[in-house]
Amino acid sequence: MKHKINQNNETAQNILNNKVHDILHQNALYTIIAIFFGFIVGGIFLWSAGFSPFEAYAKLFSSVFSRPKYLIWAVIYATPLIFTGLSVAFSYKMGVFNIGAEGQFVVGSLAALCVGILVDLPPVLHIILCILAAFAAGMIWSFLVAVLKVRFGINEVLSFIMFNWIAFYLSNYTVNTESIHKAGGGEASKDIRESARILLPQSVQNILKNDKANYGIFLAIIAAVAIWFILTKTALGYRIMAVGLNPHAARYGGINSSKTMYIAMSLSGALAALGGAVQLMGNSMRISQFAGQEGFGFQGITVALIASSHPIGCIFAGLFYGVMKYGGSKLNLIDAPTEVIDIIMGTIVLFIAISHVFRYIITKRLQKKEDK
Amino acid sequence: MQELIKNLGLIINATLVATPPLLYAALGSTFSERSGVVNIGIEGMMTIGAFTAAAVAHFTGNAWLAFLCGGLVGALFGLIHAIVCVSFGADQTISGTAINFLAPGVAIFVCKALFEQSSDTPPLDIAQKLPKLFNGVFEVGSFWNNVLNTYIATYLAFAAVAVVWFIFYRTRFGMRLRAVGEHPRACETQGINVYRIRYIAVIASGFLAGLGGAYVTLCTVSQFRPSVIVGQGFIAIAAVIFGKFTPHGAMGACLLFGLCNGLKVLLGSGNVISPNLISMIPYVVTIITLVLFVGKSRVPAASGKPYVKQK
Repeated sequence: MKHKINQNNETAQNILNNKVHDILHQNALYTIIAIFFGFIVGGIFLWSAGFSPFEAYAKLFSSVFSRPKYLIWAVIYATPLIFTGLSVAFSYKMGVFNIGAEGQFVVGSLAALCVGILVDLPPVLHIILCILAAFAAGMIWSFLVAVLKVRFGINEVLSFIMFNWIAFYLSNYTVNTESIHKAGGGEASKDIRESARILLPQSVQNILKNDKANYGIFLAIIAAVAIWFILTKTALGYRIMAVGLNPHAARYGGINSSKTMYIAMSLSGALAALGGAVQLMGNSMRISQFAGQEGFGFQGITVALIASSHPIGCIFAGLFYGVMKYGGSKLNLIDAPTEVIDIIMGTIVLFIAISHVFRYIITKRLQKKEDK
Repeated sequence: MQELIKNLGLIINATLVATPPLLYAALGSTFSERSGVVNIGIEGMMTIGAFTAAAVAHFTGNAWLAFLCGGLVGALFGLIHAIVCVSFGADQTISGTAINFLAPGVAIFVCKALFEQSSDTPPLDIAQKLPKLFNGVFEVGSFWNNVLNTYIATYLAFAAVAVVWFIFYRTRFGMRLRAVGEHPRACETQGINVYRIRYIAVIASGFLAGLGGAYVTLCTVSQFRPSVIVGQGFIAIAAVIFGKFTPHGAMGACLLFGLCNGLKVLLGSGNVISPNLISMIPYVVTIITLVLFVGKSRVPAASGKPYVKQK
C-alpha cells in the first residue's frame, strides 16, 4: 500500500517536472522575459529623461483598460498589425523574410480605395469586391517578387525594398489623380462610399461608444485560424514547412519548391494587403499622401517575432502591439515622448533574438539541480 | 547649348548631393555583409547618426566634431548588433529589425527630451554645417561651380570608396574579412579570429552608416526630423546587393540612385510629369537592370549564418 502511494507520488512529481520542462522549452516564457526587459529598458530611458516610469506605464495601461471605448481603440489599432504579422510569419515558415509587407499593405489599401470610391454596389457585395481587389493586389505584388527570385535569382530582400518604394509612390500618385483626390481636401483622397465600410451597426457602436468599431478583428481572427489550418492540416502547409526547414531535402522528397514558393509568397502578400484593406475600410476611410512609410509592415515583423511565427500567436502579439501603440499615443498627455514604445518594442525584439541564451542558462541551471 | 550645359551642371550637382549618404551607408553595409553578417539595421544607424550630428552641431557649433560623433553613435549601435549576432549567435535579420526600432526610437526620444517636446532639432546656421570645397572660386551659377563646389564630405565619400576598396583587396585584413564571410571555419583553422574580424566589420558598418546619416543633417537638410532618412538605409542595402557586394559596384548603384534623384529635381520643376512617378524611376530601373543585365548577385556564402567557435 505504502509502496503504491509512493509510486503515485512519484508519477505526480514526474508529471509536474514534465510540465515545468514543457514551460521552459516553450517560446512563450522567453517572450515574456523579453517583454519584461523591454519595459525595464524603456523605464530607464523614461527615468533618465526625468519621468517616473511607474506613472508613465500606469498612464499607458490606464488609457487602454479604463474604458471599453479605449479598449476597442486598441483592438482597432491591433487589427492591421495582426494581418501584417500573419503575412510575415507565414512567409517566415518558408524561410522567406517578408520585409515587403509594407508595400503589400499599401497596394492592398490602394486597391480597396479605388474600388471603394469608383464602384457603386450594394453594401455587402461592395465590401466583398473591395476585399477581393486588395487580396488580388497584394498577391500580384508579392508574386512578382517571387518570380524575380525563382526565375531570375534576384535576392528577395532587394526586390521587396524596391517594391515597397514603388508602392509608396504609386499610392501618392493615385491619391492625387483627379477621380480619387478630394477636391479641396488637401493631400488626401475622397472617403470610400458608405457601402464599402466594415463598421459595426450603429446600435452596437452606441453601446461600445466607439464610432470606428468594425468587423476587422473578426476577419483577422478568421485569417489567423485559416493560416494555422493551412500550415498544420494541409499538404500545402506541409510543403511550405518542408521547404522552409530544408529546401534541398524538400526537392529530393519530390516537392516542387518553385511552385510552393509562388503560392506561399502570393498568399503572404495577400495577407498584408488585407491588413491594408481592413485599416482603410474600418478606420481611416481615406488615404492621405505619405511623407514617410507608415510602418505597418515593419511593425508586422515585430508582431511575427513576438508570436514566434505562430499564426494564433500573431493575434495576441498583434493585440499587445495595439495596446502599446494606442496607450503609447496617450503618453503625450503627461509630456512623455511616445517614442518610448519604439524603444520598448526594439528591446523586446532584441531579447527575443537572444532568447536561446536564456533558454540555455535556465535549462542548464535546472539540469544541475536535477543532477544534485 | 548653354542651357543644356547649365542643366547638366544642375543634374550633376543634385546627384552629388544625393549620393553621399547612400554611399557611406552602402560602404558600411558592404563591410558587414562581406564579413558574413547581414546588417539590416543600417537604416536605424543612419537615423541616430543624423540626430546625433544635428544635436552636437547645434550645441558645439563644430560641424566636423558633429560629423564624427554621428559616426561614433552609429558605431555604438553597430557594437550592439555585433554583440547580439556574433557573440550570441542570434538571427541577424531579427537583430537588425530590432535596431531599426530601437535607434530611431532613441533618437526621437532624446530629441524630445532635449528640445522641449519637439521631434525636430533647431535648424543649423551655415557656420554650423559642413563646409564646401572651392567655395567662391567659381562664378555662382556657372557649370563648374555646380559640379565642383560641393561639400568636402562628398569628396570624402568617394575617397572612402577607394579606401575601402584598398582595404578589401590590397590588405591582409581585407582578405581575411572576405574569407571570413565565405568560410569562417576554414579561417579559424588558419588561426584567424573570426569573431574579432566580424566585430570590427560590423562596428565599421555602423560607423559609416552613422556618417551617412550625419551627412544628411549637416549638409543637405540642416536639421534633424524623424522623416530625414526615410528609407535611405534600405536603399543603401539594395545598392550593395545591386553592386554585387563590392565597394565600387555599390558606388555605381548609389550614383544611379543619386542620378535619378537629380533628374527628379530637374524634371519636377517643370511639373510636366508627376513627381511621384519620377520618384519611382530608380526602383523600377534597378529591377529592370537586374533582370536584363546583372542577374544573380552572389551573396557571401556565410552571410546571415551565425558562427559558433570551435572548442
